[in-house]
Amino acid sequence: MIPKTPHSIPDLTSQIRRDIIRMVSAAKSGHPGGSLGSTDFLTVLFAEFLDQDPARWRRDGKNADMFFLSIGHISPLYYSLLARMGYFPVKELATFRQLGSRLQGHPSIENGLPGVHVASGSLGQGLSIACGAALSKRLAGDPHRVYVLLGDGESEEGQVWEAAMFAAHHKISNLTAITDWNGQQIDGPVEEIGGVGDLNAKWTAFGWRVLECDGHNPDDIRNTYRKAAEPGDKPVMILMHTNMGQGVDFMTGSHKWHGKAPSAEQEALALAQLKETLGDF
Amino acid sequence: MTMTNTGNKDTRSGFGAGLYELGTLNPNVVALCADLTGSLKMEKFAESFPDRFFQTGIAEANMMGVAAGMAVTGRIPFAGTFAEFATGRVYDQLRQSVCYSQANVKIAASHAGITLGEDGATHQTMEDLALARALPHMTVVNPCDYNQTRLATLAAAAWEGPLYLRFGRPSVPNFTPVDGPFEIGKAWMIQPGEDLTILATGHLVWEAYEALKILAQKGIRAELINIHTIKPLDEKAIIESALKTGAVVTAEEHLVTGGLGEAVAGLLARHHPVPLRMVAMEDGFGQSGTPAQLMDLYGLNAAGIVAKASELRIR
Repeated sequence: MIPKTPHSIPDLTSQIRRDIIRMVSAAKSGHPGGSLGSTDFLTVLFAEFLDQDPARWRRDGKNADMFFLSIGHISPLYYSLLARMGYFPVKELATFRQLGSRLQGHPSIENGLPGVHVASGSLGQGLSIACGAALSKRLAGDPHRVYVLLGDGESEEGQVWEAAMFAAHHKISNLTAITDWNGQQIDGPVEEIGGVGDLNAKWTAFGWRVLECDGHNPDDIRNTYRKAAEPGDKPVMILMHTNMGQGVDFMTGSHKWHGKAPSAEQEALALAQLKETLGDF
Repeated sequence: MTMTNTGNKDTRSGFGAGLYELGTLNPNVVALCADLTGSLKMEKFAESFPDRFFQTGIAEANMMGVAAGMAVTGRIPFAGTFAEFATGRVYDQLRQSVCYSQANVKIAASHAGITLGEDGATHQTMEDLALARALPHMTVVNPCDYNQTRLATLAAAAWEGPLYLRFGRPSVPNFTPVDGPFEIGKAWMIQPGEDLTILATGHLVWEAYEALKILAQKGIRAELINIHTIKPLDEKAIIESALKTGAVVTAEEHLVTGGLGEAVAGLLARHHPVPLRMVAMEDGFGQSGTPAQLMDLYGLNAAGIVAKASELRIR
């Protein structure tokens, strides 16, 4: 493990969830549901596994692990996590979605935000980019891993499966992909909308090593990341079982909070469920 | 200056030669191809540098993303496919993963235009310059012959930022000097003149050179400038020439919509409006035929340039 923060995982995840609610409420727009659902496993990744020094972060990822967020709409989580890990000042979270901010609605590199390698938001593109970065690292003899986070709804995009085939064919084994399998997308449950079906069978059939994990259980998450990094000749897919909106009772498990900001009253209700552990921005 | 055709060659072979040279010169240069390695003349690079060549299969969207990931990590990737699949098929990937992400990807777009020929309109993109031009951060280069395509390929690797390099399938006159001049963003004066400016790009440059001779017989001393870089346009060179001659003909193997002609028209409308005619294909799709038949049918040749020039009142 790579200790990079003095804070405990529970303190971090509680504060990050508060940040998400407060950022989206202040901006009166954004995507709280998926952000809350991915908080636990992504925090463990950044705090304990990602070999990357926030103070020495480089866009080219040289001699460090790299993380790509393909589902750019969970930017509230991404920004909060990066800020709380020391990539940029926490107070900058107050600028989310504001004119002139580095914290665009969806991640951008136009104004150079530490931690962000590429823009994302239009779905389906992150896995391909991660494949390119991982191949580049292999070519350079750099043993570091590349991580990428996809969504289950996103997996309706054809490019995801182009990349799936490509990664297995080229034996890109320094790649750990994660699918946030929360079962929800904007219009409703994934199985009613796009029907991605048995993701384990699909990724296995495409030639990947597939692991499943409880995306809210830190010990299971740690064990799974460890297993994923074991040597092999296949790319690894971790199917993270999560609840959209996890941590806020009235948001949990529903697609209705995919891309909607809470009212002032709802914000207060949500924050009452989330302890302020590290100081609000 | 006097140009001589040193023998017909295809521009895609100029790309292949340039790419191979880059392979020998720069270990950061990598190449990707979506199942068209032979068509794009990338075999020599692929065989000589197998570690740096990535076959992506028929999956262009993924190829552009993989290229972007390689670029972010410091490589200089050339991603090759037909121009149609290098723009229309992957527009959102070029927009977000390449241009908005400021990834230093070189798009190698072969078989551009109507001269792809017999395969017909499915593969003949006549819109790609418009699409590529519209993308913020994208540089757009359309060389005119084998020698210039080779030089453009070498220059593309040294150019920082996304670049769309457009070339073609047929064998056409190879007439530009082997050592240029070639500089991205800098128009090349082929022949100064007083009465009329011809701005030509790609396969139309040789046709424009032929047109000079016909126009000279009519007593028209035309100026020929090669606009190999469609974006950024060499605004100074174009405005200066328009100021001098007062009449402009543009010539390109592309639709009127959004190509060189409209780029020049927009520029001159803002700075120095002059009578202007465009040698370009009108709105519509192409069809099967030999390259020569098609260029003739749509007026994309020396005769077409002379005809458009004749519509202008030369002062």
